[in-house]
Amino acid sequence: MPLMTLVQAINSALAQEMERDERVVILGEDVGLNGGVFRVTDGLQAKFGPDRVIDTPLAESGIMGTAIGLAMAGMRPIPEIQFEGFLGPAYDQLCNHAARYRSRTRGAVTVPMTVRVPWGGGIHAPELHSDSPETIYVHQPGLKVVCPSTPYDAKGLLLSAIRDPDPVVFFEPKRVYRSFKEEVPEEDYTIPIGQAKVLTEGTDLTLVSWGSMVFQCLEALDTLPDDMSVELIDMRSLYPFDTDAIVQSVEKTGRCVIVHEAPKTCGLGAELATVLQERCFLHLKAPVQRVAGFDVMMPYYKLELDYLPNAQKVAQAVGQCLAY
Amino acid sequence: MPVKNVYEARIEHLQILDEEARLDEKLAKWPDGRPVLTDAEVLELYQYMVRCRAVDDLAFKLQRSGRMGTYPQNRGQEAAAVGAGFAAKRGVDYLVPCYRENAALWMHGLPMHYVLLHWMGDERGNQIPDGVCQTPLCIPIGTQMLHATGIAWAFKMRKEARVAITFFGDGATSEGDFHEAMNFASAFQVPCVFFCQNNQWAISVPRESQTASETIAQKAVAYGMPTTQVDGNDLFAVVRASTDAIERARAGGGPSFIEAVTYRLADHTTADDARRYRDAKEVEAWQKRDPLIRLRSYLQARKLWDDAKQAALDDEAKAAATEVVRTAEGIEAPSTDEMFDYTFAAPLPAELELQKRTLQTHSLGQDPAQAGLSAQQA
Repeated sequence: MPLMTLVQAINSALAQEMERDERVVILGEDVGLNGGVFRVTDGLQAKFGPDRVIDTPLAESGIMGTAIGLAMAGMRPIPEIQFEGFLGPAYDQLCNHAARYRSRTRGAVTVPMTVRVPWGGGIHAPELHSDSPETIYVHQPGLKVVCPSTPYDAKGLLLSAIRDPDPVVFFEPKRVYRSFKEEVPEEDYTIPIGQAKVLTEGTDLTLVSWGSMVFQCLEALDTLPDDMSVELIDMRSLYPFDTDAIVQSVEKTGRCVIVHEAPKTCGLGAELATVLQERCFLHLKAPVQRVAGFDVMMPYYKLELDYLPNAQKVAQAVGQCLAY
Repeated sequence: MPVKNVYEARIEHLQILDEEARLDEKLAKWPDGRPVLTDAEVLELYQYMVRCRAVDDLAFKLQRSGRMGTYPQNRGQEAAAVGAGFAAKRGVDYLVPCYRENAALWMHGLPMHYVLLHWMGDERGNQIPDGVCQTPLCIPIGTQMLHATGIAWAFKMRKEARVAITFFGDGATSEGDFHEAMNFASAFQVPCVFFCQNNQWAISVPRESQTASETIAQKAVAYGMPTTQVDGNDLFAVVRASTDAIERARAGGGPSFIEAVTYRLADHTTADDARRYRDAKEVEAWQKRDPLIRLRSYLQARKLWDDAKQAALDDEAKAAATEVVRTAEGIEAPSTDEMFDYTFAAPLPAELELQKRTLQTHSLGQDPAQAGLSAQQA
């Protein structure tokens, strides 16, 4: 089984699905000749031609809006928005159109498309290249939102997303695009949207995260005393999210720390904590805790590591929660 | 070094049937001698416009009598909608409307009562029947033009001889999506026709305040696409320009732009009072240019129409409109399940199923599971 980075796994899934389904087209800024600014679509234009891997004019609303039209007309477009900070101009098309069409036409018009978006901080990028806006899209009815953290999950979730009959926002944690390789099957496989993954099993505390923060959690686990048994859950899907996975875990452990890099207030962690107190109130031995970004602008990169949660902060929160 | 002229543009205005209902015989024929519209076609389209006007009038009354929500009247713009709709092939070409071209949508197979249902607050009015090639009414301004570009792009990718035609007003030409749609359409040479109904008013903002461009049509020059201005109250001119644009697109000639100069004879919507911002004299002047009056004068001059036929048509159109209203009002209220069931394709996420059950069974409180309680605790 080949070893792949996250970038290679996504590239492999795209190539495989384009081979399988001629309705699939990729469109975006610099995705063709240049293979994308992160090279995620590298080589795909050479393989599938400029009519299927399309360099568009520089206009995010245009990319999203024409992708909607393509999807309505029976294609399976995969628009790429170059950085999450540039979802702004496309917000209207994504939320007010793509998300709404099935509902407002009572099923007559649907928009099966997968919006790929490099996401999150930690790569010393310029302004508006490091944000974590997932909650905005999780809160929008009609959108599915996923954020895989590993190459294996990225391929399986991307194939699910492309085949999904509804719009899916596919956030790619750019901080871990190339940070490690893992075995990724060459054959076709899917990971259902809506399923979390237990990365490490444990009995004392449940640690919940997604995207590149998963790796800060793993690093934190390495620093904890051996007698602390922590269960780490990678949500992978942010809407719909896997309520059963976190509820079952917290019913067992009675304690939970949620880690995300988006601003704390009304971040997805707030929703997960609420679900846990609704569903596991009598099992809880401590308040659910959050280690999150602050309610501030994502700072320029000199302060970015001060903004982002890290292994030390996570380990401290785990210790405090266990000592409560 | 002499300054060179690197680009020149010219915008033509096409009129075939003038305000006095005089026909330009030459322009009323295609180069091969066929008429742009046969007498039979003019007769049919005129009667159709009258029927559409009757539904529009009745829709206004429904709102005033509390039987329907806000409604945007189409009055005065029928020649533009019908002319463009006639030029497009039903069941083949794709209409991508905003909300003031009902006549075009109905011509292409949308049951008339769907539009009323939409404005009666029922999403089923947007549930376009199978085989009817159009998107539903689009409420935000200018956003649908990108969908039209995308739909046309899909036709091009699949090598289908089909065209998308999108409708929008003069106000929409200020939106960013207007420019992005035009730019994508021409950059990729997709078979899309941009049909602007310049009705002079974007709610209260007049055309001359909307843009400093002398014409709307010239905006398309920047995107390198054929563009023309037509008298939008002249059915012949609209049919000719639309047919030209649509057939050019079908033949692989890329997108085109049409500015149909017309006038919104009614308020923006029933929630608006245009007397607050526009001169009664202006409205009076445009009432004389009403496309229905012009077409009737033309038909009467050609002895194809008379007052008796008109009286019979008016009665018939009113009765038909009443029937449309009866159909719309006869549809049972939607079930509350509907607001959940179409959020995603089935199966719904578990949380949504739970919320749906909450509404179905616990309308005065929460489903126990929703409140985090077991059935016993509840």
